[in-house]
Amino acid sequence: MRHAIAPSENVENNSIAVTDLFKICTHCERLNKKDLGIRIPRPLGSGPSRFIPEKEILQVSKVDASTQAIFEDAFAALHRLDNISLVMSFHPQYLGSFLRTQHYLLQMDGPLPLHYRHYICIMAAARHQCSYLVNLHVNDFLHVGGNTKWLNGLNEAPQKLQQLGEINKILAHRPWLLTKEHIERLLKAEEHSWSLAELIHALVLLTHYHSLSSFTFGCGIMPEINCDGGHTFRPPSVSQYCVCDIANGNGHANHHNDLLGNQEMCGEVEELMERMKQLQECRDDEEASQEEMATRFEREKTESMLVVTSEDEECVPSRDISRHFEDTSYGYQDFSRRGEQVPTFRAQDYSWEDHGFSLVNRLYPDVGQMLDEKFQMAYNLTYNTMATHKDVDTSMLRRAIWNYIHCMFGIRYDDYDYGEINQLLDRSFKIYIKTMVCSPEKTTKRMYESFWRQFQHSEKVHVNLLLMEARMQAELLYALRAITRYMT
Amino acid sequence: MEKMSRVTTALGSSSITGRTMFCHLDAPANAISVCRDAAQVVVAGRNIFKIYALEEEQFVEKLNLRVGRKPSLNFSCADVMWHQMEENLLATAATNGAVVTWNLGKPSRNKQDQLFTEHKRTVNKVCFHPTEAYMLLSGSQDGFMKCFDLRKKESVSTFSGQSESVRDVQFSMKDYFTFAASFENGNVQLWDIRRPDRYERMFTAHTGPVFCCDWHPDDRGWLATGGRDKMVKVWDMTTNRAKEIYCVQTIASVARVKWRPEKKFHLATCSMMVDHNIYVWDIRRPFIPFATFEEHKDVTTGIVWRHQHDPQYLLSGSKDSTLYQHMFKDATRPVDKANPEGLCFGLMGDLAFAVNESLVSSDGGRKPYPGGDRRYPFFSFKKPNPTEQFAHVSSALSVFETDLDSSRMDWFVKTAQLYLLSGKPFTELCDHNATVARELKRPQVSTTWTMLRIMFSDPAPGPNHSLSKLGGLPLMNSFSMKEMGPESRLERCKGESRQDNIHLEPGNSHISNNNEENEETEGSDGPTEYMFGDAELDDDDLYPLEHDNQTVAEEPMYTLPPEAFQLRHEIIDNPSVPEHLQQDKADSPHVSGNEAEVACLTPIESFSLISISQPLYSPHLHANFFCPIVREMLSHYAERGDVQMAVSVLIVLGEKIRKEIDDLTQEHWYMSYIDLLQRFELWNVSNEVIKLSTCSAITCLNQTSTTLHINCSNCKRPMSNKGWICDRCRQCASACAVCHHVVKGLFVWCQGCSHGGHLEHIMNWLKNNSHCPAGCGHLCEYT
Repeated sequence: MRHAIAPSENVENNSIAVTDLFKICTHCERLNKKDLGIRIPRPLGSGPSRFIPEKEILQVSKVDASTQAIFEDAFAALHRLDNISLVMSFHPQYLGSFLRTQHYLLQMDGPLPLHYRHYICIMAAARHQCSYLVNLHVNDFLHVGGNTKWLNGLNEAPQKLQQLGEINKILAHRPWLLTKEHIERLLKAEEHSWSLAELIHALVLLTHYHSLSSFTFGCGIMPEINCDGGHTFRPPSVSQYCVCDIANGNGHANHHNDLLGNQEMCGEVEELMERMKQLQECRDDEEASQEEMATRFEREKTESMLVVTSEDEECVPSRDISRHFEDTSYGYQDFSRRGEQVPTFRAQDYSWEDHGFSLVNRLYPDVGQMLDEKFQMAYNLTYNTMATHKDVDTSMLRRAIWNYIHCMFGIRYDDYDYGEINQLLDRSFKIYIKTMVCSPEKTTKRMYESFWRQFQHSEKVHVNLLLMEARMQAELLYALRAITRYMT
Repeated sequence: MEKMSRVTTALGSSSITGRTMFCHLDAPANAISVCRDAAQVVVAGRNIFKIYALEEEQFVEKLNLRVGRKPSLNFSCADVMWHQMEENLLATAATNGAVVTWNLGKPSRNKQDQLFTEHKRTVNKVCFHPTEAYMLLSGSQDGFMKCFDLRKKESVSTFSGQSESVRDVQFSMKDYFTFAASFENGNVQLWDIRRPDRYERMFTAHTGPVFCCDWHPDDRGWLATGGRDKMVKVWDMTTNRAKEIYCVQTIASVARVKWRPEKKFHLATCSMMVDHNIYVWDIRRPFIPFATFEEHKDVTTGIVWRHQHDPQYLLSGSKDSTLYQHMFKDATRPVDKANPEGLCFGLMGDLAFAVNESLVSSDGGRKPYPGGDRRYPFFSFKKPNPTEQFAHVSSALSVFETDLDSSRMDWFVKTAQLYLLSGKPFTELCDHNATVARELKRPQVSTTWTMLRIMFSDPAPGPNHSLSKLGGLPLMNSFSMKEMGPESRLERCKGESRQDNIHLEPGNSHISNNNEENEETEGSDGPTEYMFGDAELDDDDLYPLEHDNQTVAEEPMYTLPPEAFQLRHEIIDNPSVPEHLQQDKADSPHVSGNEAEVACLTPIESFSLISISQPLYSPHLHANFFCPIVREMLSHYAERGDVQMAVSVLIVLGEKIRKEIDDLTQEHWYMSYIDLLQRFELWNVSNEVIKLSTCSAITCLNQTSTTLHINCSNCKRPMSNKGWICDRCRQCASACAVCHHVVKGLFVWCQGCSHGGHLEHIMNWLKNNSHCPAGCGHLCEYT
């Protein structure tokens, strides 16, 4: 219902007069007046995303038929239409595939019991302190009859799930450290042991929710109104402007910034397109030597280390969340550090298409197919536009983003010139990618705004989808490789 | 043709000798290739590029082509091919997109000849033209195929598949200009090398990537393809449309496929994941590999027949860093290990048994199938075919019909349907079940139920329970059943209960009062004596059941007396008993009347009843004391194959016994029983059992596969979420063919024409009509 409310007009007015600073938007005011001693929960912000103004996002009432059908399906399956779906509805094609997969993983036939699945989701999302997903799945978990005790922390959960904690941790932050010994420990734990099919299911869930956490933070998804932190009982009008505007970024201060920014960064898109064109043309001319290529990969890898993720600005781990995971200190560590030499993962030796797919489909039928479809959908999705320009071949840019993420996880494509990344992705974009992929909880609105200023929000969501899927595939590849090694 | 090739075989193999052997490589291999004279093999991989000579006893490293201090990615090979005409010419496909040719005739250490870097992505495959010296073809991840003339510096033509990555390219053996390309999206394309603008023909061969293809060396029209969908398919390309003529289902995605020389129907495959073996298939026998090589410890990445006219030697390279030469005679033949006998139960309990004819000895009691011994059609097509090397097999199929009466499982079905497992007080359940068992002529089971009731009767029933208590009370006296006699504890128990009874005089008189209406003739007996008589009577354990039974249903009563007499002969001697029974029967309507009375006992009465029954169970004997015996009893039943009894008792007793039996056993029983029930199509019962079980592993059975997938009756597409509106054609899919309203509840439809509707409507319709109500002309049948 909340989504159906048209954007209130006076949002525009907010930035004008001083008196207006104290004004409460009519929406909030109305709620306030109605207050007859009943505590009415109020949404903290309007719209599904903190970063994207509500008016940018599709209105449920205005979507076309196919998207409508997708929404209906999602609603029928989940009994809700969550903010993630709303944000993803920029890309209905992908959304369909995404929801289908997620629905299958959580609700359809599978080796794991339903409450286990949701608990694993909670575990995965908690690794990134993603309270949004944790809350969502705590509800689901209880709904399917999960034991409330488990929610007190991992040590209250069955031994079997506790054992998964280790893999969850490694997979979320340093997947390259996953070895067949880890897998073996899970599979040969006597009475608490996992079966291979269960493990695959769990791994797919873990990776899916790690990357979904990235997306959630990357797009600044707002908490659902019925979840913790999604509503407030306090009367609005605390200070300058209405709370929902702060949260939604509609305050006038931000408007100023944007205006300034837009003027400065005017040529950004054109520049980027120019560079892509150059790369396209020059490729045949300057052939980098093989050694050069190798060093370029190394350089990109090390440079990705130097891209510092900014310091915590609004990183407040909710008290609820920290219960679900242990070893809070364990975080992303750069792939290549002095001392520990982890061999580069060669994409040609273990690829999703050839190897990963077969393994997943063998142990968890149909899921391989769905993931395959989802990866391809994300990778190939394009509208041939860049900001305001039409008919642009963006394949190069998409490949650069995809490979850059895999590069951060130490996966190397022999047939890719990593010099391209440097040409195409500027620093602020790299910071954003790195933060979102490696420690998504630190993503801030400023980061979101500071890259690709001229691009539309739908394009930024598109980038987020790419990041999400690339990350999921990278994690999955490491996990599946460990299993393959265990099996041989 | 056949003869000619035989001659060449003889020529070719005379020069090749060897044995099964292997050597360690330094690194995993990605591909291997042999030179024309079959004396050398080249192995290529990410970190290896070497030539080995094939000697009689071993592999000898001849040359390391991977030179230079810091080898470039051009050496990281995805594929390698040795030219079949030029002995010195090799080509490799590099993972970075380079195509490299190598000239072994070069004097320098670095044999690299030419380098083509036209592909933008990994090159998956290179292929020399079989007869042309300078023509090289490559297929790459970027979706392009390029044809190189080795005399020029760059490609002469580029073929765009217009689709995803190229996984394999192969020149046709016979058609000079033709080559086949297989793609990641499942397509196979045929190209004419002279026409780079457009493919000649395209068809979808597999779902998912086609990893490999191979032209038949002799038959010009045959192309074998292998894909991620675990299939090997053989296509006949001579017709207008590519026709699938053979299909082999393997157990893992197919990475390589190679026709076996000189054997028209044989091909070798290896897999990309999980499965490490190399299989040689006879495509006419797709169900079991003709031969298997099981030496490798990791996936096999390259296979090649050593000589193009010798079917006996196969070379293979693997990720486990070994290079093998397999002798065909050393291969394992899965056929030999296959079970030569087949056994299957028919729906009606018939048993079919197929066995190799040689194994069939004199048949004692074997009843041939009505239509005579039938052979599998599969074997019958196997008539003399000299090219095939399978042992000549013919089997005899015998069918044993079961004697329909002797092994009927009717009692099982009836019991399952009639048993009550829940929903009533414990004692009533026991009584009911005992009756059921007795009616089905299973006295022992019946007795067991009765005893269970006695043992576990709830000692402190609420007013509602007092009724059943009444029935149970007299039985207390008769506790020492004959079967249980040897049990000393039970003897003692009997004594105790008798003692109890003596204390119970007032109570018993009370009971007799209740019964007096039926037994007026006996009313004058002294209480003690009467009670004794009662006890004797109840020694015939059927009395109370019968009593109960009459209240439940009147009709069985006529069948009862003979059974009672049969069971307890000594009781017949007791003159009072039959009389008593008869009276009872004569007054049966009274009994039910009595029942009604009892049901509305006044509070005072029920109170007295409670006080009576309390001494009965006096020393807490019941609950735990009997558990070991009951446990033994249950195991006994289960072992005898009557798992039905075990599970039913388990459910009825519930908490009382559950802790005594370990979970695994319980689960095992439940599983067996559920399985049996489902075989008898007793879905409702099986579901009830699942629901009532306390094992978590069992109850969760109910929560899986709860989805019913349906297709729209209009557009035949699968319907998603909503049951009655199709997303695609936007019509109400499940409209009733009779009343034309949407069906939202029970829907019945014909599996032939997919029309249907409300259950009642269809039932009514088909009573009078034989055609489908929708008017489609289908003759629907309602069963």
